[in-house]
Amino acid sequence: MVRGADIVVRSLIAENAEFIFGYPGGAIMPVYDALYDYSDQIKHVLTRHEQGAIHAAQGYARVSGNVGVVLATSGPGATNLITGLADAQIDSTPLVCITGQVAAHLLGSDAFQETDVIGLSMPGTKWNIQVRRVEDIAPAIAKAFFIAKTGRPGPVLVDITKNAQVEFGEFLYQPCLGIRSFRPYVTINPTAIAAAAQLINDAKRPYVLYGQGVILANAEEELKRFLDKSGIPAASTLLGSGALSQDHPSYVGKLGMHGNYAPNLLTNQCDVLIAIGMRFDDRVTGDLKRYAKQAQVVHLELDPSEIDKNVKCAVPVLGDCKTSLPLLTDAVNSNTHHEWFQKFRELDKEEKAAVMSYDLESTHGGLHMGEVIQLINQFKDENAILVTDVGQHQMISWRYFHYKESRTQVTSGGLGTMGFALPAALGAQLHDFKRQVICVVGDGGIQMTIQEFGTIMQTKAPVKVVLLNNNYLGMVRQWQQLFFDKRYSFTELENPDFVKIAEAYKLKAVKVTERHELKEAVAQMILHEGPFFLEVVVEKEDNVFPMIATGCSVEEVRLS
Amino acid sequence: MNRYTILVYTENFIGILNRITIIFTRRGINIDALTASESRLDGIHKITIEVTVTDEQIIQLSKQIEKVVDVIKVYYFMDDEVVYQEIALYKIPIESLDPSLEKVIRQFNAHIIAAEKEFVVLEFTGHKEDTQALLEILKPFNLLEFSRSGRVAIAKPKFSITDYLNNKT
Repeated sequence: MVRGADIVVRSLIAENAEFIFGYPGGAIMPVYDALYDYSDQIKHVLTRHEQGAIHAAQGYARVSGNVGVVLATSGPGATNLITGLADAQIDSTPLVCITGQVAAHLLGSDAFQETDVIGLSMPGTKWNIQVRRVEDIAPAIAKAFFIAKTGRPGPVLVDITKNAQVEFGEFLYQPCLGIRSFRPYVTINPTAIAAAAQLINDAKRPYVLYGQGVILANAEEELKRFLDKSGIPAASTLLGSGALSQDHPSYVGKLGMHGNYAPNLLTNQCDVLIAIGMRFDDRVTGDLKRYAKQAQVVHLELDPSEIDKNVKCAVPVLGDCKTSLPLLTDAVNSNTHHEWFQKFRELDKEEKAAVMSYDLESTHGGLHMGEVIQLINQFKDENAILVTDVGQHQMISWRYFHYKESRTQVTSGGLGTMGFALPAALGAQLHDFKRQVICVVGDGGIQMTIQEFGTIMQTKAPVKVVLLNNNYLGMVRQWQQLFFDKRYSFTELENPDFVKIAEAYKLKAVKVTERHELKEAVAQMILHEGPFFLEVVVEKEDNVFPMIATGCSVEEVRLS
Repeated sequence: MNRYTILVYTENFIGILNRITIIFTRRGINIDALTASESRLDGIHKITIEVTVTDEQIIQLSKQIEKVVDVIKVYYFMDDEVVYQEIALYKIPIESLDPSLEKVIRQFNAHIIAAEKEFVVLEFTGHKEDTQALLEILKPFNLLEFSRSGRVAIAKPKFSITDYLNNKT
């Protein structure tokens, strides 16, 4: 017989959990006590805030493909996880969060640090459960892992009352192999494959949009083979970046509000639109009433609720794209689409002239964010991971970072969580100390979770943190400039000395204000062995273009 | 907008009803009526939801409900595809019992299911329109209290949860 707390830890070990990101507190103390005995089998990372713990687990899960594990106490410990849960839910990140809860006999009595975690986390989890008896702990954790990683991944929460943690029970771990009410994988319908292939083979201007679904299905190779044979131009969503190397001949750019000019504009000129593992987010589609109305849409998607949710499709191909893509590849003709590609290339020239020359090639005036990313491209490894926060720096980093490998992109896409990057980068780095992890943040977002410098210090994770500082909440300021008559309402920041803060946390820190210093500083950062903080003071009022303004159509993408 | 009956078969899991109703809350859709009970199969619950929505909304709603891990299967039907009933109870003061009320009770084929010193309770089942019609008639009789259940429904099209659970469909 062992204590419930031991069962918690042993269950996590049985699920091959490598890391626990967590923060102790009263109602989870028995589990922390048990952890003390298993430090040779599972590593615990003490963050400085529960939000930091869950974002770190997200970063870890996104780059490793494993389930991220979070441990927190009841009440405020649990409520501090909510932002991360919502983030992981909308970005389909597999997490198992374990929270302590007051003893079962105190439930509903407003006990100290009691909160209704099940009720609070319900909309932000794929599944959640409260465990009140020791014998229910292991089955609940087994089910939690199964649900988190099976089908469309997502966050799961297991709330365990303190009495269950201290009671004694048998430890007999049985992994969950199936749940009768949960059948996420369907057999691919051959009629759908045939219909999709027919549309594609007859198309003059077919166009592929791929999203994170390709990465979550581990179907990068299958996507590549499909594109190799069909010769169709392909554009990436924000979270799809990396699923296909940008060096692949089919790659034509990025989609969405601040994506590339050609891929957005030409969405309304294709005749067959093949969406693979993406969900037609409003930041991708702009005004739905004027989105790809001329096209027949083929949608390869695992989640039935995404079919026809935003964009009506002519042929739904429901199922795992790792299975459906090879079937489709077999059924389509070998083809090339030179003229159609040429249209992308021509529009690329316009974007280059109107936007990129300013962003990347300026020789005077303040530094631009794009210049920093371009230098990072020069020095980074091919498999370097880019973690970004939310705002202008996120869009610029994404636009100019050269994605060559899968799982090199970690950002808060759906929820747009400022403060995500610093802890997420830490989690990504812990997965593999040898991989370069470059964390690009803005001066707003970094201050939302800046305490995680402490976790970087303690773990010695060699994260490279690049702060692009414009002393503004830049994206909001950009909108104020463009849509609110330049009324810069509460977006200018008086900032601290970030270098001093980083140094206080024992990070090597450098600040760059001049263009001629930048290259050497970026090189120094990349070559530095330990954690490094680079602050780059950039132009205060730069804007991110191209841009599809809210309510506009993809063809109204503007260059200035 | 159409009136639909959604039949949801679920595992008997704490919180499942909340997981389902927040799908409606989030989309600002009002649930007209809801009943929950055990189904004919042990351990499987049946939730009947009546809702007035568009064709597109009902498809999205049923997909979102079916996405819930502990939901086994979701079906939705138009009114003419289900046999449905609602039960209503009416509490009437004893002084109101006169020949005209007796006539009403006979007409509607309602039942007196309780008689106390100060009041009687009438029971009547039917569609909402029918129970509503009786309510309007009883109001002048100093009706003390009224209570109407949600819809219980049986679908006309043939389907079997047992077959679904055994992978036969």
